[in-house]
Amino acid sequence: MKEYKAQILSNIKVADGYYVLCFKAGKAQVNAAPGQFFNIKVNEGGSPLLRRPFGLHSVSDGGVKILYKIVGNATEMLAGKAPGEYINVLGPLGKGFDLNNAGTKNAVHILAGGGHGIAPLLALAENLRKKRKNVIVLIGGRTKCHIVGEIMFKRIGCRVFVSSDDGSAGYKGRVSGLLDDILAKNENKTKKTAYFIYACGPKPMLRTIAGLGMIYGVPTQVSLEEYLGCGIGICVGCPVETKAGRKLVCKDGPVFEAGDIIWKK
Amino acid sequence: MEKINPLEIRIGKLKLQNPVLLASGTCGYGSEIADFTDVKKLGGVVTKTITLKPRTGNPVPRIVETPSGMLNSIGLENKGLEDFAAVKSRELSKLGTEVIASIAGDNIKEFSAMAERLSLLTCVSGIEVNLSCPNVLHGMASRTYKLIAQDARATSDVVKAVRKCTKKTLIVKLSPNVTDIKEIAKAAENAGADAVSAINTLFGLSVNIKTGKPNLARGAGGLSGPAVKPVALYHIKEIYSCVKIPIIGMGGIMSFEDVIEFMMCGAACVQIGTCNFIHPGESAEIVRNLEEFVKGRKIKNISSLIGSVKI
Repeated sequence: MKEYKAQILSNIKVADGYYVLCFKAGKAQVNAAPGQFFNIKVNEGGSPLLRRPFGLHSVSDGGVKILYKIVGNATEMLAGKAPGEYINVLGPLGKGFDLNNAGTKNAVHILAGGGHGIAPLLALAENLRKKRKNVIVLIGGRTKCHIVGEIMFKRIGCRVFVSSDDGSAGYKGRVSGLLDDILAKNENKTKKTAYFIYACGPKPMLRTIAGLGMIYGVPTQVSLEEYLGCGIGICVGCPVETKAGRKLVCKDGPVFEAGDIIWKK
Repeated sequence: MEKINPLEIRIGKLKLQNPVLLASGTCGYGSEIADFTDVKKLGGVVTKTITLKPRTGNPVPRIVETPSGMLNSIGLENKGLEDFAAVKSRELSKLGTEVIASIAGDNIKEFSAMAERLSLLTCVSGIEVNLSCPNVLHGMASRTYKLIAQDARATSDVVKAVRKCTKKTLIVKLSPNVTDIKEIAKAAENAGADAVSAINTLFGLSVNIKTGKPNLARGAGGLSGPAVKPVALYHIKEIYSCVKIPIIGMGGIMSFEDVIEFMMCGAACVQIGTCNFIHPGESAEIVRNLEEFVKGRKIKNISSLIGSVKI
């Protein structure tokens, strides 16, 4: 795989501090699987020096979209990029969501995202909707302002529920609370729905959701976040303990079966 | 008539097709980076450091970016000597490039045991003794010194012991975290090293002012990347002034121009490190650019550049 210079097609603010950048993509990038990521060098030279990983957000005609939140220098510089400028892209990298065993027609796929954790879930929702699957999306944020992407998911036919820590939008509490409600209701039904869970967000959220998946016996996949040095498995900076031994988030993941991870407090 | 290769460089018994190697800890065991760069085009690769017993390494975060560089605190995570000899070595023989095995031990006995075992592997063409990893504590480190490579006597003892166990090319990796690198380089040379490599990473620290905690879980780490290049060049010039064995230079090399700069300061060949994390395909590109450089300048052999800086 070779790195390549990708021209920026658009770079639009979608919420406070959140942007969607679309870059011109080659065949490999357009064929990226949901859950895979691109390791992007924002600028030439030493500032910033390392690439930054961004999950595939959406694929459109000849372009690939990433959704990002301004969290530091690199993302701030990225937000300042105009259409026509170039970024250096390596990817798609990593292992995405496994959709080989996505259940029958009546199965319901629940996508849970916290904060900018929804970034890779849109690509996943698009993929599932193309296969005419039922998709529920749960979006959590600290406040109403931190909830991103609601409309994008609704536009492609997903049912969307939101949660906020302060109750300023939707359910008051965590995204995992929303999920717990859905799964608990299902327990009382005589004819139970077959659910599949896919989650992306901060580690405590993923740990809780992994627990729910286990309690209710629902197949659960999580996309882990870690500081990445290289993104290709050579710096060994992003280890994660699994039942099958030490794995690397960048190369063996970022998506894992939740039950395989050894979750630490 | 045999075609003369203007990039050919000799290090001990090793005849490298060019002076560009990949540094230990930045290319896995070679096969991991082979998807991104043509390792057959390189002078060789130096494996991730192997220890006698498996090591789980340090807690995360293990990597943090700093101005024009990065701190790492991997902690020599590896599956140990036996896994290397039994499993990894099979992949190495298919790589099509010279493989130098990097080793670290807690004491002389461990170093010797590893050198002896690795000497039996035909896929290993040289051994780099890592005396300078800033992220682990060695049993040999005294109260005065954190690293073996800070102690001329300990360096000499390890190198002598390893020398007895192997006929393969023996390289000693030095630390910049010293008062006088010349003393350590001389100790390595006198103890029988075929070459020294410099520099390993510098001790460094970076703090999150919101939490008041270091950005790396373990606290301090090793600094690498373009930020350390001038430090590396200085140390290489120092070493060049006092030893006769070849120097393998490294520290923030990102381009073929950097390679030339290192050679001018005294390096016979170089290792590409942090650059692999950012541009994993760059090493083969650097070789290509060096080929053009020597051709354009009508240089018969690139070794003529070694130590040519006019000071």
